[in-house]
Amino acid sequence: MTASMNRNPQLNAHGELHHLLSIEGLPREIIERILATADSFINVAEREVKNVPLLRGRSVFNLFFETSTRTRTTFEIAARRLSADVFNLDIARSSTSKGESLLDTIDNLTAMQADMFVVRHASSGAPYLIARHVAPHVHVINAGDGRHAHPTQGLLDVYTIRHYKRDFNRLVVAIVGDILHSRVARSDIHALTTLGVPEVRAVGPLTLLPAGLGELGCRVFTKLEDGIRGADVIIMLRLQNERMRGALLPSAQEYFRNYGLTPEKLALAKPDAIVMHPGPMNRGVEIDSRVADGGQSVILPQVTFGIAVRMAVLSIVASSKAMQ
Amino acid sequence: MKLAIRNGRVIDPASGRDEVADVFVADGRIASVGGAPSGFVAERTIDARGLIVAPGLVDLCARMREPGAEGALKREMRAALAGGITGVVCPPDTDPPLDEPGLVRMLRQRSREAAGARLYPLGALTAGLKGEALAEIETLAEVGCVAFAQTGSLPHDNGVLLQAMRYAKTFDLPIWLRPVEDTLAGNGVAAAGAVAGRLGLPSIPVEAETVALHTIFELQRATGARVHVCRLSSAAGIELVRAAKREGLPVTCDVGIHHVHLIDVDIGYFDPAFRLDPPLRGDRDRDAIVRGLADGTIDAICSDHAPIGAEDKLLPFGEAAPGATALETLLPLVLKWARERDVPLVAALAKVTSAPARVLGEDTGRIAVGAKADLVLFDPDEHWRVTPEALASHGKSTPFAGYELEGRARATIVGGEPRFQR
Repeated sequence: MTASMNRNPQLNAHGELHHLLSIEGLPREIIERILATADSFINVAEREVKNVPLLRGRSVFNLFFETSTRTRTTFEIAARRLSADVFNLDIARSSTSKGESLLDTIDNLTAMQADMFVVRHASSGAPYLIARHVAPHVHVINAGDGRHAHPTQGLLDVYTIRHYKRDFNRLVVAIVGDILHSRVARSDIHALTTLGVPEVRAVGPLTLLPAGLGELGCRVFTKLEDGIRGADVIIMLRLQNERMRGALLPSAQEYFRNYGLTPEKLALAKPDAIVMHPGPMNRGVEIDSRVADGGQSVILPQVTFGIAVRMAVLSIVASSKAMQ
Repeated sequence: MKLAIRNGRVIDPASGRDEVADVFVADGRIASVGGAPSGFVAERTIDARGLIVAPGLVDLCARMREPGAEGALKREMRAALAGGITGVVCPPDTDPPLDEPGLVRMLRQRSREAAGARLYPLGALTAGLKGEALAEIETLAEVGCVAFAQTGSLPHDNGVLLQAMRYAKTFDLPIWLRPVEDTLAGNGVAAAGAVAGRLGLPSIPVEAETVALHTIFELQRATGARVHVCRLSSAAGIELVRAAKREGLPVTCDVGIHHVHLIDVDIGYFDPAFRLDPPLRGDRDRDAIVRGLADGTIDAICSDHAPIGAEDKLLPFGEAAPGATALETLLPLVLKWARERDVPLVAALAKVTSAPARVLGEDTGRIAVGAKADLVLFDPDEHWRVTPEALASHGKSTPFAGYELEGRARATIVGGEPRFQR
């Protein structure tokens, strides 16, 4: 246990955000600064010329060890709008299949003058390993690691909530579904509790709820109706195909009967409650189409905000001083 | 060789002796403690003033990676001697597994050539450690296996375990088992609880240990087989062993040294050095381990040494190989536990000398006239920093990298022969 492993590895000696690995442990001011910076980029998207020169001359490598067209695309758009040079590497199908180790891959790309790595990996904690390994000037952004964290999704979710609800201090937010396997849920919980949301609820069957939700500041509900009653915000999680049948759940149908969000169940929440989903959705499994396409759904605005939030993260991280 | 070790503080946990005395060694055995035997002329004298003279450590689990990695045994034996260890039990999870008499003979031959610590091989309980068919355990015992183990987890098939216990009982051979129920442990990499939940690491519930212990004890009641339970990790598991001992079942057990000190929170930001098997559990579990050591529920502490190459540790937490290098840190970490928990030195050293020797049924781990002269000399207050590159073992990954520890071997004597001096 070296000193460097105990210090928050995301921050440099000046307390600036050098890597974005997790929302856990981020000071509230940094989160608020990201949200405020994202505000300024929302307007960029509406301009004729959508690019700003903040990352001109910088190389951003999208390293997706796990395929994800959607997240990779939004990072790519964000980096291009900041005028960065963007390189997409589909690692899942190239170097690692040739036996090259994760850190060898990183070394090779660093030698190609990479300034920033946007990393998605199936193993929880992989971006921490990379962040410990890279040269002091290189930045690492976690784009989803195993079940652990998906910090930019957490940030765009709180950005969306702030957009519609303004104030975090009175909200009841329910996160529904497969929390055990969800990096989105963990990042949402940290973001919401850091911003002062008084009641964060975790809703799902006991097979899909991890230990320690209480320590994270959540109230646990196993019945959807109880969990969303009076809620201001409902975040529905995607149920992975491989979980729909087995020892955790008997079938997608039974899951939908108990945890699918229908207009009837949504009526238990506050009348002005918003419905969110990180996508891609399984219609008829976790969410009814009438809800997904209904007036309370903010699922498409989430995607739009996601680009501005990722621009904010990339630009803030890039402006930090090198690690010591 | 006739050897005199003068003016050391002789600590013999088996007898409770703790006094400054001279130790005289002849023909590989202790000739006397105190006055020299009549006519004794030392060919060599070691001045042990300011040092503790204790029985060499007996380590109930250290992986030497042979057969499998050529030259590994010699190197790890050097590490054992540097750690003051004079006897090592090698588990059979080698490549290939130790399930044939020829392999055991070869390993013992190489061990003699390495001139390191004494080697106590564990034979495989089942052919190829597959948990399906029994290995030739009576023949393996004949060629020197001290006991028979299933590594990793219990055999998947309880029927095989029942028959293995019956068969072992037939020849009164001991069985060593890891209390892990594989169907519950699954592909977990961290102990179930708040830390694994927060870090999103696949987890191993404590029931993987308790269900396995219930299985072991129930089958012991049916068969009367002698069992040594390897690497307990949980408060609940220790409580079950305590009850089994009270009931009179023929059971002994050990813990790994890291679990005496560390808990899951120490994983920090996914530090792969803390990926261990069994996984680190909570502070309640660690406290139960400390209490279990104090009240005798836990017989012995082992290093659970695993010489893992850097390439297998420089990986995301869940993909990193579990285990740590520990031969060279076992003694100072035992001393650290003794200091921090106010355990008398005699009692602390017992857990790595006389007690493991008793588990093995070997005539070692004590300083008494006629006993094998396996000894360690150390200064308990010597400060040193754990520098991975400076370790003799091939394995450099330890949770204690960079730590200041106190105490390490100055000399290690096996069979009356000084084999290591610093």
